[in-house]
Amino acid sequence: MTDRPGDKFISIEGITKRFPAPGGGATTVFEDLWLSMRRGEFTCIIGHSGCGKTTVLNILAGLDLPTEGTVIVDGQAIEGPSIDRAVIFQSHALLPWRTVMGNVVYAVSSKWPKWSKADQQKQAQKFIDLVGLTGSEHKRPAELSGGMKQRVGIARALSIEPKIMLMDEPFSALDALTRGTLQDEVRRICLETGQTVFMITHDVDESIYLADRVVMMSNGPDAVLAEIVENPLPKDRKRTDFHKHPLYYGVRNHIIDFLVTRSKSIRDEVKAGAPFDRRHVPVVRPGVPVAVASNGSPSVSPMPARPSTSVASQGR
Amino acid sequence: MRTSVCCATRSERAMNLSIGMRASVVSVAIFIAFMLAWHIATQGSGPVAQMDPEYAKLMGKTATQGTSAMPGPLDVAAKLWEHLKQPFYDRGPNDKGVGIQLAFSIARVSVGYLLAVLFAIPIGFLIGMSPLMSRALDPFIQVLKPISPLAWMPLALYTIKDSHLSSIFVIFICSVWPMMINTAFGVSAVRKEWVNVARTLEVGPVRRAFTIILPAAAPTILTGMRISIGIAWLVIVAAEMLVGGTGIGYFVWNEWNNLSITNVITAILLIGLVGMVLDQILARLTRLVTFPE
Repeated sequence: MTDRPGDKFISIEGITKRFPAPGGGATTVFEDLWLSMRRGEFTCIIGHSGCGKTTVLNILAGLDLPTEGTVIVDGQAIEGPSIDRAVIFQSHALLPWRTVMGNVVYAVSSKWPKWSKADQQKQAQKFIDLVGLTGSEHKRPAELSGGMKQRVGIARALSIEPKIMLMDEPFSALDALTRGTLQDEVRRICLETGQTVFMITHDVDESIYLADRVVMMSNGPDAVLAEIVENPLPKDRKRTDFHKHPLYYGVRNHIIDFLVTRSKSIRDEVKAGAPFDRRHVPVVRPGVPVAVASNGSPSVSPMPARPSTSVASQGR
Repeated sequence: MRTSVCCATRSERAMNLSIGMRASVVSVAIFIAFMLAWHIATQGSGPVAQMDPEYAKLMGKTATQGTSAMPGPLDVAAKLWEHLKQPFYDRGPNDKGVGIQLAFSIARVSVGYLLAVLFAIPIGFLIGMSPLMSRALDPFIQVLKPISPLAWMPLALYTIKDSHLSSIFVIFICSVWPMMINTAFGVSAVRKEWVNVARTLEVGPVRRAFTIILPAAAPTILTGMRISIGIAWLVIVAAEMLVGGTGIGYFVWNEWNNLSITNVITAILLIGLVGMVLDQILARLTRLVTFPE
């Protein structure tokens, strides 16, 4: 597969995270993790608790440092947090002493400190309107419902027009109806603005609806980035009918099989010394016959039992 | 449905009102009962011994007329009224209006307290922000905190050589600890996610301190300040009894030497009222910076 410049907008290059274990030694959360993301791509990362998803996201955000390895974003190694990479926190992390407008303006004024107050408010207002919170500008977070709070978090992240949005289970604390609506909004906004997104989720359907690629991690500790699922569903999928698409169950079953059995077995096999190329993680398009697979890279269906026998590899 | 909701809230409000009303009624009842008991207890009907008139002149009214040595509520009320009518007279060092004495005390507390604010909050910030400084300063704080502020008085008098400044120093030293400890705690307990918001927005350390940490820690800091003002007001009375000259503490001690129990009780009442006002001011400020979550 040939490398195009856009293919490596974000490049995670062999990152490892270890924590000192109680009683000496170190616990390896994950080791030698490689992953690249294209500009404008929506990537979901899925895996069981403790596999290091949040650590990967924090490293991307610059809030945490890898023990080894680097992450390169748009040609620059990450050295710390950057306003180019907005984070949407699971707990929304709004400042409770500020109003909705105050929270968004705080981000806007951090990005453009020299703008006039009026311009900053105008920019904030634009994104408050975009997430559908017009009329609630002067409310404090305590007066908002969970869904509205998360909308403010999204408006705050979008208002600084970041290169990348990093989302840590943004919808997990919401009820199913609100979650659905917000997924629609996020998908609409991301498609409109061509936003590059990296999102952690535990919700398989959410990942199939939102993601272009679903990155699957095996169980931790000693987790590996086990497989990348390219979403075979059409880009113009709708939340109301994407689950009726002929390929939907193939993808869903594949991801659930992974979470139920293979996430553990792969970890154990790799630990036992099975060959596993961490730099070229298998890429699959479940449900798509080999001949139909796009851009010439043959994909496999159904998935082989051993990832090492998979043919496609990550584009690099 | 609508009417029942409205009636529920109305009856609830009526309930609240009646609780407030009932509490006031009970308060007034307790007050009246106490005043009556006090009045009756100080009526005095003790036996009056027959004595030589020359000797009787040397004796107090308890011995000659059978009245109580303890003033009754009416005596105190009259005294209080007398003081309130003319709070700011000044007839020499030992006879100043109670308003002047209170003003001296409040001025000392204010200066010592403000100096403590200027010292304790930045140091508390430093301790809260830096685990290193927190551990390094901890032994000093642990030893200095439990020292009675009055124990510093001789040292202050010896080094500062001014009784007025020494009492300000004592107020300073007793106000510092609760503020410093609360500031450090408030700052160190600021939610990580709020700090992370600032970090991901590349907010510099100074702006972060003023826009994230200060507002987040403000309720805890103000609580420390409220504790401190209470302690400062407790300590000033004792400090002024020691250093003398002016102030409500000196007034109390002076009136004890004059054996004017009426004045002592009046002063006690005024000390309580001023302390309550100081506490309420800080409570108001705390409410201003408290945010709902």
